Amino acid sequence: MTAQAQLEGQETETMTVREAIRQGLREELARDDDVYIMGEDVGAFGGVLEVTGSLYEEFGGEQVRDTPIAEAGYVGAAVGAAATGTRPVAELMFSDFMGVSMEQIMNQMAKMRYMFGGKTEMPVTIRATEGGGMGAASQHSGTVHTWIAHFPGLMAVAPGTAASAKGLTKAAIRSDDPVFVFENKMIYEQKGEVPVDEDFVTPIGEASVEREGEDVTVVATQRLVGESLDVAEDLAGDVSVEVIDPQSLYPLDTDTIVESLQKTGRMVVADESPLSYGTHAEIITRAQEEAFFSLDAPIQRVGTPDTHMPFSTPLEQEVLPTGEEVQQAIERIA
Amino acid sequence: MADYTLETEQGRLEALRRMLTIREFDTKAGHYFADGEIPGFVHLYIGEEAVGVGTCAALDPDDYITSTHRGHGHCIAKGLDTKLMMAELFGKQSGYCNGKGGSMHIADVDSGMLGANGIVGAGPPLATGAALSIDHQGRDEVALAFLGDGATAQGQVHEAVNMASTWDLPAIFLIENNQYGEATPVEDQHNVEHLSDSAQAYDIPGVTVDGMDITAVYEAVREARKRARDGDGPTLIEAETYRYHGHYEGDEQNYRTDEELQMWKDRDAIDAFKERLIDRGELTEESFEEMRAEVEESIADAIEFAQDADLPAREEAYDDMFNADVPEIEQFANRPLTDGGSDGGDGR
Repeated sequence: MTAQAQLEGQETETMTVREAIRQGLREELARDDDVYIMGEDVGAFGGVLEVTGSLYEEFGGEQVRDTPIAEAGYVGAAVGAAATGTRPVAELMFSDFMGVSMEQIMNQMAKMRYMFGGKTEMPVTIRATEGGGMGAASQHSGTVHTWIAHFPGLMAVAPGTAASAKGLTKAAIRSDDPVFVFENKMIYEQKGEVPVDEDFVTPIGEASVEREGEDVTVVATQRLVGESLDVAEDLAGDVSVEVIDPQSLYPLDTDTIVESLQKTGRMVVADESPLSYGTHAEIITRAQEEAFFSLDAPIQRVGTPDTHMPFSTPLEQEVLPTGEEVQQAIERIA
Repeated sequence: MADYTLETEQGRLEALRRMLTIREFDTKAGHYFADGEIPGFVHLYIGEEAVGVGTCAALDPDDYITSTHRGHGHCIAKGLDTKLMMAELFGKQSGYCNGKGGSMHIADVDSGMLGANGIVGAGPPLATGAALSIDHQGRDEVALAFLGDGATAQGQVHEAVNMASTWDLPAIFLIENNQYGEATPVEDQHNVEHLSDSAQAYDIPGVTVDGMDITAVYEAVREARKRARDGDGPTLIEAETYRYHGHYEGDEQNYRTDEELQMWKDRDAIDAFKERLIDRGELTEESFEEMRAEVEESIADAIEFAQDADLPAREEAYDDMFNADVPEIEQFANRPLTDGGSDGGDGR
C-alpha cells in the first residue's frame, strides 16, 4: 500500500518519531493493564534516549518498571512473564546489548512455542535502538536486526517514518508472537504525520510504498527511507524513483517489492546493517526468485561495509551508508 | 486430583506413589533409550525423587515451576500424565509437545510446568518472569525454579535471583545439588561450603536441606512459599541429593566410585520415606508392594500408549512457529522439491 493511501481519511498530527513511539506505548499501556514496560532507566529518568519520557509519571512503576542492569535476566523475565499471562515490552536501550541477552532470545523466546507444540503464546515486545551517526562507537551503534530477522521464531520490524514508528510499536505489543522493534536513533527527531486514532496499527508483514516511481525501485529501511526520499526528489525529472519501506523485516512483504521490480526492472537495497550475509541478501534473493526475468540491471546494495561503527567522525562517515550512496547506486544502473 | 501434601495420610501415600512413579518411569525411559526406541538424549532423575516430590507437594496446583534438562521427575511431581510424557519421549504426535520437544523440553503450561530446559541456568529468569506476571496481576500463586548445582555458576541465575529479591517477587529458587555439574564435582566448580550461602548476597533466606529426606524438602519449600506469598520475596533452597545414573544415559561415570554411589543408595529417599510411613502405621510391606505393582502397571501402560501412538506427520514440522500466519513458513512448507521444468513444476 502507498504511504499516502494509509493516511487517507485519517486525522493526523505532526510529531517526531520519538513522540510517535511514546504515543504508541502510551495508548497500549492505557488500553491493556497487562502491558508494561521494563528496562534500564525507563522509569523516572525517562529513558536514556528519552523515549519513555513522562510515561512513568502517567502510569506508575507497575507499568513502567526500572530493571537492574541485567539484560539476560530481564529479557528472560520478560519471556517467562509472556508465557504466563502478561505482555511485557522490554527496552534494550542499545541493540548491541542484545549480545548479553542472546541466550534467552534464541533458546527460550524464539523456541518455546514451537518446542511446546504451540501450547504457549509469547506476547513479548523488545525495543532496541540501532545505528551509527552520533559518535557512539562500536558497542553503541550496531545495526543487528538481521540476527533477529534471520532467527526462526522471532519477528523483526524497523520503522522509517513517524507513522510506522507508532503503528509498528502498537502492532508489536498487540501481537501474540515475539516482535523486536528496531529504532534507528538518528531519526528520533524526524517529523511526520501520524494518525491519532487509538486503533491505528501498521500491520506486521506489510511494506509501504513511500513514493511511487517508474525507473528504479529503492527498498530502504529506517534512516535510509527519509534519505532515499530526498534523493528521489533530487533526481525527479531525471530518474523516476520508487521508494519502498519494508517496515517489517520478518515477515517480509515480498509481493510489494516484487511488483515494484516488475514495473521498474532496477533495484537498490539500502539498509544500515553490514553488507555480507544479511538483510540485503535476503531481499535481493526473494526479488530474483520472483522477478528474475524483469531485471534490467544487477541489483545494487548499500550498507555498512562489514566493519564495526568506528568512533572518530571521518571514520564513521566513511562506513555509514547515506543517501549519497543510494544516489550513486541509482546512477550506476539507471 | 488426589490430596497431595505431606499433612495428611492420603497425601503422604500419594507422595510416595509419585516417587515410585518417577523411579519406574525413568528406569523404563533408560531401558527404551538403550534399546534405541527413544531418540536423542535422556537425563534420568533416579535418586533425586524426594526433591521433586517434596517440593511440588508443598506447592499449590496452580503454582508454576521451571525445570531443567533432568525434568521427568519434576513433571511427574507436578502431576503431568505419564502417558503423554512417555509419548513425547518416543517422539509421538500425542505427546505433550506433539513430538516437537522430547525429553529435554516437556512442558505443560496449563499445569504450571513451564518446561524442561536444555540450557543450564535458563530457567530461573523464566521463573522470575512468571513471578512478575503473578505480581502484576495480583494473583496468589508462586513460581519456583528448579536448578542444578552446575546452574548456580551461570550469570543469568544471579540476575534472576537479584531481580526477584529486589522486587520481592513470589519466587523460590531450589538448587538440586546432586554433587556433579555434568562430570565435574561440585567442589571443583564452586568456592562455598553450601550453595545456599549465596543467598546472603541478596539478603534473602538461604537454607540447605537433606534432599534425600522428603519431609525436610517439603518443610523448607512450605516456608519459602509462605514467605513468597506474604510479599517478603524469594528464598534460596539447596537440597543435597545424588543422581544414581550418569549425567546422561551412556555416560561412563569415570568421575565417581562405586563406593560413593552405594553410600547414597544406602540413604535412598524412597526406602527412607517408606520406612517412615510403615513406622507411622500408614503403610505395610504388603500395601507398599501393591502400590509398586500399580505403579509398574501404569508405566507399562504409558509405554504401550507411547509405542502404539502415531508419529507426527512430516508436515507438522511447520506448525506452531508463530501464532500469526507467516507467509514464509507457508511458502517453505510448500516449496517445490523438483525443478519440474519451466512451468515451475508440480511442487510437493
